[in-house]
Amino acid sequence: MSDPKPITCDEALRLLAEFLDGELHFDTREGLTQHLEVCRSCFSRAEFERRLKAEINRLGREEITPGFEARVRRLLGSFTTSSAGEQAGGSQT
Amino acid sequence: MTETAADRAWFEQAVLSVLPELLGTARRLAKNREDAEDLAAEAVSRAWLHRASLREPDRFAGWILRILTNLFLSRRRMDASRPEETYLDEEVEFSLFERLHQPFLLWWGTPEQEFLDRLLREDLVRAIEALPERFRVVVVLADVQGFSYGEIAGSLEVPIGTVRSRLARGRALLQKALWEHACDAGLRTQTPQARPEHA
Repeated sequence: MSDPKPITCDEALRLLAEFLDGELHFDTREGLTQHLEVCRSCFSRAEFERRLKAEINRLGREEITPGFEARVRRLLGSFTTSSAGEQAGGSQT
Repeated sequence: MTETAADRAWFEQAVLSVLPELLGTARRLAKNREDAEDLAAEAVSRAWLHRASLREPDRFAGWILRILTNLFLSRRRMDASRPEETYLDEEVEFSLFERLHQPFLLWWGTPEQEFLDRLLREDLVRAIEALPERFRVVVVLADVQGFSYGEIAGSLEVPIGTVRSRLARGRALLQKALWEHACDAGLRTQTPQARPEHA
């Protein structure tokens, strides 16, 4: 297998978001990975963006209040196998 | 399929174990807490109703989060009373890193990393909530839910190129909001005045 084509800093920055999102094809990903190994400036940028993305990902968890947990427990207790989900309870639409 | 009390108990336990993720995603999509709790509760009801479609119990979390996301998106499509968003035609290019990074400090300080150290969850929440919905939803699906571009395109019924551009704009707007907040709140690291790199 041939080595990936070297890429420039401009190309690296253009591809960075898709790289961190796991959307790059193998060859391009390899080229960018090699660039990040030798370019401190692009590496720093990649690390920053990666960490910010991770911080945003953490917002996907929210503390559960006792009131909401009680509501969900009541909802779960209302389900029967014959009328599954029809007592949605939670929906106010 | 014969359901047993054990199946039902398993479902209840599975729901309770993913409740923080379920509410967290709902909260980021629906913005206010009341709507988010309604959305999460309805997702639980839908999950129970469609439990036969759960093929791999190990993937319960991803399965129910997808139900919640689809529920949010279908409601959003049906909500004809929703006001039209002001659409940003202009390209938004903003890099928080470029504002913070100072190459001459390379070996003894990284202001951009220090900025992230000081960033509070509330700062990020505020910045995400301030995003116009079309950008917020894409950012949440990509960065909170971890959806692929193809999955986002399918969920939103838009071309994949639209996902790419909305994601780029959404992230740029988010970083711009964080920068403006950092300037207002004095979160920026105090560093010496920049000087030419080759001075």
